[in-house]
Amino acid sequence: MSQKPLVSEHDEQHLSYGKYTGGFLASVALTFCAYWVATHVGGDRNVLAGILALLAVTQFIVQMVLFLHIGEERGPRWKLAAAAFMLGVVLILVVGSIWIMNNLNYRMTPQQIIRYMQSQDNL
Amino acid sequence: MSSATETAALELRREHEATEKTVFGFWVYLMTDCVLFASLFAVYAVIHGNTYGGPSGKDIFKLPYVLIETFALLASSFTCGLAMLSMQRHAKKQVLFWLGVTFLLGVSFLCLELNEFHHLVADGNSWRQSGFLSSYFTLVGTHGLHITFGLIWMAIMAGYVWKRGLTDTVRKRLMLLSLFWHFLDVIWIFIFTIVYLYGSLGL
Amino acid sequence: MMNLVGQCAFALLGKLGWNQIPRNPIEAGGAATIVCGVLFIVALVTYLHRWKWLWKEWMTTQDPKRIGVMYIVVALVMLLRGSGDAILMRLQQSISVGNNNGILSSSHFQQIASAHGTIMIFFVAMGLMFGIINLVLPLQIGARDVAFPFLNATSFWLFFMGMALVNVSLVLGDFSAAGWLSYPPLSELRYSPTVGVDYWIWALQIAGVGSLLSGVNFLVTILRMRAPGMTLMKMPMFAWSVLGSMSLVAFAFPILTVTLALLALDRTVGAHFFTAGGGGNAMMYVNLIWAWGHPEVYILVLPAFGIYSEIVSTYARKRLFGYTSMVWAIWAIVLLSFTVWLHHFFTMGAGANVNAFFGIMTAVIAVPTGVKIFNWIFTMHRGRISFRSPMLWFLGFVTTFTIGGVAGVMMSVPAIDFQVHNSLFLVAHFHMMIVGGVVFGYFAALTYWFPKIFGFRLHEKLGSIAFWFWLVGFLVAFIPLYILGFMGATRRLDHYDASLGWQPLFIVAGVGVVLIGIGVGFQILQLVVSIWQRNERRDLSGDPWNGRTLEWSVPSPAPFYNFTKQPVVTARDQFWEDKQSGKNRVKEYEDIVLPKNSGLSVVIASFAFLVGFGMVWHMYWLSLVSLLGIIVTLVVRSMNEEPEYTITAREVEKLEHQREHQLKEYEGLV
Repeated sequence: MSQKPLVSEHDEQHLSYGKYTGGFLASVALTFCAYWVATHVGGDRNVLAGILALLAVTQFIVQMVLFLHIGEERGPRWKLAAAAFMLGVVLILVVGSIWIMNNLNYRMTPQQIIRYMQSQDNL
Repeated sequence: MSSATETAALELRREHEATEKTVFGFWVYLMTDCVLFASLFAVYAVIHGNTYGGPSGKDIFKLPYVLIETFALLASSFTCGLAMLSMQRHAKKQVLFWLGVTFLLGVSFLCLELNEFHHLVADGNSWRQSGFLSSYFTLVGTHGLHITFGLIWMAIMAGYVWKRGLTDTVRKRLMLLSLFWHFLDVIWIFIFTIVYLYGSLGL
Repeated sequence: MMNLVGQCAFALLGKLGWNQIPRNPIEAGGAATIVCGVLFIVALVTYLHRWKWLWKEWMTTQDPKRIGVMYIVVALVMLLRGSGDAILMRLQQSISVGNNNGILSSSHFQQIASAHGTIMIFFVAMGLMFGIINLVLPLQIGARDVAFPFLNATSFWLFFMGMALVNVSLVLGDFSAAGWLSYPPLSELRYSPTVGVDYWIWALQIAGVGSLLSGVNFLVTILRMRAPGMTLMKMPMFAWSVLGSMSLVAFAFPILTVTLALLALDRTVGAHFFTAGGGGNAMMYVNLIWAWGHPEVYILVLPAFGIYSEIVSTYARKRLFGYTSMVWAIWAIVLLSFTVWLHHFFTMGAGANVNAFFGIMTAVIAVPTGVKIFNWIFTMHRGRISFRSPMLWFLGFVTTFTIGGVAGVMMSVPAIDFQVHNSLFLVAHFHMMIVGGVVFGYFAALTYWFPKIFGFRLHEKLGSIAFWFWLVGFLVAFIPLYILGFMGATRRLDHYDASLGWQPLFIVAGVGVVLIGIGVGFQILQLVVSIWQRNERRDLSGDPWNGRTLEWSVPSPAPFYNFTKQPVVTARDQFWEDKQSGKNRVKEYEDIVLPKNSGLSVVIASFAFLVGFGMVWHMYWLSLVSLLGIIVTLVVRSMNEEPEYTITAREVEKLEHQREHQLKEYEGLV
């Protein structure tokens, strides 16, 4: 096999110092923010959970785009399609499982039923 | 175009297509690995409250420690990117250097994590104690297992770079390794948030 | 000193011991069958001096056509074992009434029932599916090979080792008695302390990894290796169905991997995922296993749907009706199949909201399937139908699948499901879907594509006789089960009271199984006779059915390189178009690059077998060493700098001329 370096437009295209450095700094900042929110900010836990989730998703997108180069594919964007399919399955699996397993308590002990029913508006 | 250049160009295209195909295949595999982790997250979400009288996340997680771990892994993801940039410039020695740094940061991460596990087990908080601890050890441990395999792979790749130089095959495999390594940091974002940060909030 | 040695040996052997070999007559018979079977094969190969041939031509091959044949052989052998289990169960249920306790103990019956389901789904259905895809898909899309040939071979051998583990369980130890899905807490160590469940876990884990890798492989193959000019919307419908199915494989199997691993952790290291106590939640297992399990059944049936599309259009001599709507239907099924899984446990305790949502989604998923059935019927309308056996299997499918499907839609209503959940009504439903839908389709495919792979057609008359015994037998075996279900009979019963009045129906069902058995007998006869008389039915043109798709454009049997030059495609059913326009494709030759054979796939899979075997018998050192062995083998593989070889255009031309010469000889023999 040839030992000479391949000149390929493919690799040159999306690797750049800017992207990696930017991604790294952004991730550090987001991580630190999340740490700060979790340790130094008070208030309603659910709101905090929401903020942390947002920070996580932001960092996820940052790293997917800048480290994993998603969305930079030319031609039919199968990597993006595969990632989108994965996200769909993951959301259905995780949200669905939490919903189902939580709901199974609906017919459990009376105390749990009462607590559950109280937490639901329409029951 | 002369026949020799034609063959060379064809050969180049073939290599290019083969690389693209392999990279895409590996990407699809990474997506399936995401579903694997998602299943573990789903399990964690459902039974992390089952502490069976034992400690919850709030009781056992030490956030500053985990923050250091996180930065180690994040830095290693960055240095892995630097290794790839060096590869793009065909700078073999730099590739080896950055791979080495990435490896050391990865090993640090793993050591910190193993240390954390060791202390938990030594304090009597092993996976045998509750559903929460089972799912904690399994989710974080699976990530750690992936890291371990990544480190083994990295060492082997460093060997290849050293012995064979940056051939087409070596470069293709380095691309796969870097995808794998970045992906592991992406998963860690969610472990950090959902296990440790949420845990420390008592969620 | 000897004591120390003895103690070491004990430690190394984990839970293994002489007492693990079964003593009970029926179980011992099963063990003896496996042992004798293996010895017989070894003896035969030795006698015929075919070890080198076996290794070179089959065990180290990277040719998907060969790999496909191996998948199918394994699957058909396992079909015999699974059918044996079924016959034992039917026999037991026909006679075990009142004072009679039948021929099987309760625990043995449960093991047989669990083995039956496990074998049929994981090794027969999945095996036939991957086998047929390997045989046909690359040819159909105008490719020479799959995207990752070594991975493909490794996937097969992992599948093989999973099968091996299930069969070893007949000889050493026992098998799971916890059903084909091993629900906890029954499958936990406390209530299943023997190795049976562990065998189940590791056989499926190993075979499951093989399946997952195949899913990725075929997905990339279809997306990246189609012949030039073949856009997705010009692909044959079978290729679309495989794309849909493989998408499901790739994204559903990781869930199975995790669930099996968690159960293994509970059983091995004392975790508390699903235990009754310690913070475990057994219901979560059911949730996860069906989150995989429902996509799994669509994984199995989608390629069968694709096969039906090919068969109906070929034998009705008409273009497939509604190509675009068929593609949409496949993707609707793929997406929806991730949103219905709770219908497998409506009765587990969820509230009305949850049950209603999943019930509605279940009803909805019947719609795209209905679209497909109508499209097939519209394809047949005004076609010139040839009622060869593949077409008969299709018609049998429409009958049984519709009956079973309607039962399914009934059960999508939670209120009805509460009455018939886990009854024989359910059992009849899913058998009609899997046998009527999946198995009939794969049987049809075997007849349809047999000449392409082996160069001669199967005996048609014997094939249709086999079909009729299968269809009638199947209906006789399962319609009574709907009635029994309504009468209150639950599944997995090894004994019941005479006053229930169920026995006559069980006996009728037993007769049905006998008829199916005769059908299987005719299939075996068909194979033997067809091979014996192969010269009478040589496929000389490569196109025995006047087909429409690219695989029929190559000679039969298909050359190992598939095409001398990758065809350029401009239309759907390109081969048909070429025939209609009278275009004679001039054979072009080019250098062909193919992967070299490799024995490392067998090595990796063998190590995987040892990992599983070690985990089952608590020989953890064996598992660890074997895991290292896998890693080392992978590294060795990676060191191979010349994994491919080239055949020059001249050599290809020579091979083609040799073939033409051979065909002329066959012509003389017919």
